[in-house]
Amino acid sequence: MSSTANSATRADLSRRNFLKVGSAAGGGLMLGFHVGGATAQEKKAAEAAAPAPIKYVLNPNAFIAIAKDGKVTFQIPQEEMGQGVYTSLSQLLADELDVDFAQVTPLPAAANDMIYGSPRSHRQSTGGSTSIRGFYMALRQVGASGRAMLVQAAAHQWNVDPASLRTESGFVIDDAHGGRKLAYGALAPAAAKLTAPQDVKLKDDKDLKLIGKSVKRLDTPDKVNGKAQYGIDVRMDGLKIATLAASPIVGGKVAYVDDSKLKAIPNVQLVVLDDIVAVVGPHFWAAKKGLDSLTITWDGGENAKTDSAKMWAELRDTSTKTGVVAKEDGDAPKTLSADKDGRLDINYELPFLSHSPMEPQNFTVHVKDGGCEMWGGSQVQTAAVAAAAKTLNTTPDKINFHNFMLGGGFGRRLDTDMVVKSVRIAEKIDGPVKVIWTREEDMQQDMYRPAYRNVMSASLDKNGKIAAWTHRIAGGAVSVRMSGKPLKGGLDRGSLEGAIENNYGVPNFKVEYIEAPPKAVNIGYWRGVAPNNNVFATESLMDELALKAGKDPIAFRLAHLDATPRLKAIVQTVAQRSNWGSKLPNRVGRGICAQFAFGTYIATVCEAEVDETGHVHIRQVHSVIDAGRVVNPDTLMAQVQGGLMFGFTAALYGDITVKGGRVQQKNFNDYRIMRINEAPPIDVHIAQSHEMPGGIGEPGCTAGPPSLVNAVAAATGIRLRKLPIDRDLLAGRKVA
Amino acid sequence: MVTLQINGQSHTIDAPDDMPLLWALRDIVGLTGTKFGCGIAQCGACTVHLDGKAVRSCLLPVGSIGNRAITTIEAVGDTPNGAKIQKAWLDIEVVQCGYCQSGQIMSATALLNRTPNPDDSDIDAAMAGNICRCGTYVRIRQAIKNAAKSV
Repeated sequence: MSSTANSATRADLSRRNFLKVGSAAGGGLMLGFHVGGATAQEKKAAEAAAPAPIKYVLNPNAFIAIAKDGKVTFQIPQEEMGQGVYTSLSQLLADELDVDFAQVTPLPAAANDMIYGSPRSHRQSTGGSTSIRGFYMALRQVGASGRAMLVQAAAHQWNVDPASLRTESGFVIDDAHGGRKLAYGALAPAAAKLTAPQDVKLKDDKDLKLIGKSVKRLDTPDKVNGKAQYGIDVRMDGLKIATLAASPIVGGKVAYVDDSKLKAIPNVQLVVLDDIVAVVGPHFWAAKKGLDSLTITWDGGENAKTDSAKMWAELRDTSTKTGVVAKEDGDAPKTLSADKDGRLDINYELPFLSHSPMEPQNFTVHVKDGGCEMWGGSQVQTAAVAAAAKTLNTTPDKINFHNFMLGGGFGRRLDTDMVVKSVRIAEKIDGPVKVIWTREEDMQQDMYRPAYRNVMSASLDKNGKIAAWTHRIAGGAVSVRMSGKPLKGGLDRGSLEGAIENNYGVPNFKVEYIEAPPKAVNIGYWRGVAPNNNVFATESLMDELALKAGKDPIAFRLAHLDATPRLKAIVQTVAQRSNWGSKLPNRVGRGICAQFAFGTYIATVCEAEVDETGHVHIRQVHSVIDAGRVVNPDTLMAQVQGGLMFGFTAALYGDITVKGGRVQQKNFNDYRIMRINEAPPIDVHIAQSHEMPGGIGEPGCTAGPPSLVNAVAAATGIRLRKLPIDRDLLAGRKVA
Repeated sequence: MVTLQINGQSHTIDAPDDMPLLWALRDIVGLTGTKFGCGIAQCGACTVHLDGKAVRSCLLPVGSIGNRAITTIEAVGDTPNGAKIQKAWLDIEVVQCGYCQSGQIMSATALLNRTPNPDDSDIDAAMAGNICRCGTYVRIRQAIKNAAKSV
């Protein structure tokens, strides 16, 4: 197994050094070159190599390098944050290129939308469960193009028809001439001079060797021995370390800093900006002690008057107003108004949530030469560069960014505030400075999952089928917070997934959205994005309707799933695998969640026990997933397992609250994360499918809370319509 | 100046006595495998061994350590149980983002050091101090059992 790039030399893999590494490896030449985006000249060359966004993916030069010794490096355009893209995207390339996986080293691609942007968005952004969905065909084509160029080079050398040659494990083979062979490494220099073919045939499914196999991950060997390097691990000569306190109230400013005690700490430097106080020292401990020694007075401004009760009152008020129609079939309001007795009118509420990745926010920046060099992990490489350039009032070509694997992303590193803060501090410092946020800072300066309120109504027809369904989603629009621009027509498309698909084929169906921007907190994308809210609301209401209809929750769903056969099939499978309907002990229940989101179908049954004190114990979980074609089944299972845990954690504990404009939670003692003693066994079954791949990073996360809350209702008869789960309610210490 | 015995080597470092071992390892000695997660011994990312026992280095002042042997993730593979745990981790692909896994592996190795055949409650007790935000717990449990069974 090859090691990944994220070893001790990781920070040196600038474009120049990367070329040197390639030629140093036995003097071999690259198949092509790495078209970085660091200078205007290079950018021009990159654009010439990639005249149109749709064609760049057919240029293998940007993705594949083959050294003379046969070692292969791939530029991985998506960010590795635990979801396994270094491996899965390498599988796509290596299978079509036809090289042994042991020869492969994945490298993080440079920040360059033109070359490495997703075919879906034309941007480098790792989020929304889109890596495989975006690159499945594109990287296979790149690999196949590279293979075709190597075959062409061999055909030239042997003076034979390329169609008479085949490839295997890094060799071109000529069966017509005694099976003579040429290694890719030997062919690479000649192949690199050829034009990449634009139209290549991909392997037939039966010939695939890596795609669809649970090959071992390429990034994990260095993650069990301490060698893996994350942004926070960057070290270099002259590096200083800083920690900061940004205004604890959004929009607040520094009023006064009493630094009289700072003098007792050697070798530290105070940096006071408009809304940030930082202390810089030789190591984190000095910086932390320095910061702790200060007495900072903040001018909190208008937001200082805000607290959670007020924020909820505002959200509830906004949610009663008419929204913008996002989806409408039939006439749901009319059908509902005709059913005055039987209709359900229910609201579901979800809180603000923190991402809290295990690696606290950090970025290392050296401001110099009219720009900066910077090191850190980002889910948006080009946006990170743009943010640094804007902060320094310069152009992106003056920013040299070294991207690192992430110690967790979950959407937090789709934002670039940590880049901007580091650059602003680094502007005041001579030499490179690593700005590390404390856990408290990370938790209190997050871009939180928006709080939502769902105003829903539904009615049943005389056969117990859903006649009408209305759903008004009220919450903040992350797109507005990120872009600073108002919504077009009042509709936030990023808030709708999981609500508007009408999987259950309701004849009168209406979904509205109304923007309810929160005061006092910044909102961001959080693992599971819109389906977090919408699947919870939808699958909770489905259970409430089943109860009203007197039907079993799974039977009720199956009766509505004829229009969505892939979902219907896996609901049936999960019912079998979970032994749905079999007798359970007192105070134990099973809950179902049937979901289509991120291009993937997932049916989940959670089995939970609720004790007399209101404590919820998750006993067992079964998920059946139809994610279309699967690149790495084991990685898929890991993502579903981990995603479910992420969702369960939110349902059980996640609640960011505000008092006096300040987020109250500070660390893992008051913002709890599930621990191993609470973790249930999780059975994940993959339904065989030849459809195009769906996303897998988020489906488990969004399936967790509704399946759990439905299980709690089955166990106790108590329907929870607000998260996180309220133990007092379950114990009868209070009523809803 | 403080002298520490780290991974079998003696290091004399210029650090105040109250500096937590975590920062001495990461910022002075240059061993960055031990991670910063919370700073208040709530997450376990900073777990190292003192004489083979798991401790949270984020709250452990260097001045309190003396001659006790510090082992970090960079060297735990040189111990029989550490090597078993690392192999078990890779065999069933426990790791996702990996940031917490140094601490998980140090806690799991310390568990095997004192309890060669841990049951579920032993695993819960030894590992509940280590948070994994990626939610790899199901596999951590299995890997510990596999490691205990391996020769």
